[in-house]
Amino acid sequence: MRIPPKITQALAVLILGTATLVTVVVLVLIIAFVLKRGVPEISWEFLSTKPQEMGKAGGILPTIVGTVLLPLIAIVIALPMGVGTAVYLSEYTRENRVTKIIRFGTDCLAGIPSIIFGLFGYIFFVTILGMGWSMLSGGLTLAIMILPTIIRTSEEAIRAVPQAYREVSCSLAATSWETVHKVVLPNALPGIMTGVMLGIGRSIGETAAVIFTAGSSLMMPTSLNDSVRTMSVHFYLLAREGISNEKAYATAAVLVFAVLFVNLTAYWMMNRFIAKRSS
Amino acid sequence: MQDTPNTPAQPKRPVRRVTGGVATWCRDQLARYVFLAVAFSATVSLLLIALFILKEGVPFIIKIGLKDFLFASEWDPSVGKFGIYPMIIASLWVTLGAMLIGAPLGVAGAIFLTQFVPRSVMRIIKPMIELLAGIPSVLYGFMGVMVLAPFIRNHFGGPGLSLLAGAIILGIMVLPTVISISVDAINAVPRTYLEGALALGATRWQSVHMVILKAARSGIIASVILAMGRAVGETMAVIMVVGNAVKIPHSALDSVRTLTANIALEMGYATGLHRQALFATGVVLFVVVMILNSLAMAAMKRKAGS
Repeated sequence: MRIPPKITQALAVLILGTATLVTVVVLVLIIAFVLKRGVPEISWEFLSTKPQEMGKAGGILPTIVGTVLLPLIAIVIALPMGVGTAVYLSEYTRENRVTKIIRFGTDCLAGIPSIIFGLFGYIFFVTILGMGWSMLSGGLTLAIMILPTIIRTSEEAIRAVPQAYREVSCSLAATSWETVHKVVLPNALPGIMTGVMLGIGRSIGETAAVIFTAGSSLMMPTSLNDSVRTMSVHFYLLAREGISNEKAYATAAVLVFAVLFVNLTAYWMMNRFIAKRSS
Repeated sequence: MQDTPNTPAQPKRPVRRVTGGVATWCRDQLARYVFLAVAFSATVSLLLIALFILKEGVPFIIKIGLKDFLFASEWDPSVGKFGIYPMIIASLWVTLGAMLIGAPLGVAGAIFLTQFVPRSVMRIIKPMIELLAGIPSVLYGFMGVMVLAPFIRNHFGGPGLSLLAGAIILGIMVLPTVISISVDAINAVPRTYLEGALALGATRWQSVHMVILKAARSGIIASVILAMGRAVGETMAVIMVVGNAVKIPHSALDSVRTLTANIALEMGYATGLHRQALFATGVVLFVVVMILNSLAMAAMKRKAGS
């Protein structure tokens, strides 16, 4: 028996619509649940004091500092490498075997699970290079992890710069380098910043790669060689070791705000960039 | 480049080559080589990662024997038993379970958002879903512990922290990946395909499943394979919800330990042979993920080629 097309159409819309609704509702509920439990626990004192008894009491100040510093270190390292790669791919070469290798490497790197980055960082930076559990080890590991994101967004941003800009620059007898740093990069900057924010967002949420490289010290870091604990790691330890559910929820809420803020900024920048380009 | 005939003729000037001299030339050449060197940073990083993981793990596998490592079912590092078979089975089931949940929901969502809602609604929902992709994985794990595990314990029995809980949490976590890549794949299908099908009198759904999905197939498959890679590699959320008992699961309600969980749980205190065994577990994971990613890339290439 053939079902009339009108009925299959209605059925399809119903089923697909339900699936979409379930997806959106589940994802939104998770955030809502965390915020509902966590927000009442947040106070100025929670944000501005040191934790006591491994986080059972007190605040999360050192982990906030860790959450700000570690992604910053990662960005400082990854940004020049990522933008440099993007500039090379889009300004200095055509598609050939070399760019194929570079693209393949970037794509592969993007797919590697964070625990592998953690293992690598632990053996390479922490042990072999003797950096120990430190902000430097953690930052370097995160830098490699977010490199593909930076490369991709930067390349897109650079390719979005109109060809005419480069031609004008060339016609004024500028060298490739002058064209790149005076014309292309300034115009691609908002797009590149989107990648930066996405990279920071990913670093903030990362746990597996950080816990084995930056450690989990609750002390306030004073140098690059100090171990730090980020909010994600702190939250993981609070929840997993059952130290304090209230503090875990509160930390989770702060974490959600941080990630949403960073990602929304990225999104806003991207939209502004696209709007400017298409006008 | 078009000529602009309207501009008044410029007074003729002698052509002079404008060059900035040797310094400018040197700077330009230097920049070129610096960019070339930097461009290999990702590739070199990948090689370093592969090198050091393999260097730590492979000697162990050779020493124990690949067969005994992969297919022995006892893991007890204190007495020198290093069989990861239960972990492999657990990772496999958790990942497949996650795909059973995440792939249909995600692809359905992608189809619905691109075909059956106004563009303005999609412009709000897609970024929303992508924002949610940035939510730290530990949060999903925590939700699994606080909400899902008690639910499973009360309604289905068992310890609650189980293979099923892991599969559901991972299924939810991969949704943004599946949706956003599938949406891109569907949007890349030329609009004329849809118009052609509609002009032949097909309903919207007929056009979608007979024409658009066929054209977007490789992109959608790629999104599912990439999501599989994510699911296999996810660590912290999984540790929190699967219970972590090293045994071969007999039902979805059993407590299991995945490959990733095994590494993360014991890395903190492992030394010597034990630590090498964890790196060897990492090698297995690395190989699996690389295979999945290559498959996804091949699927994407086919899309680009056609």
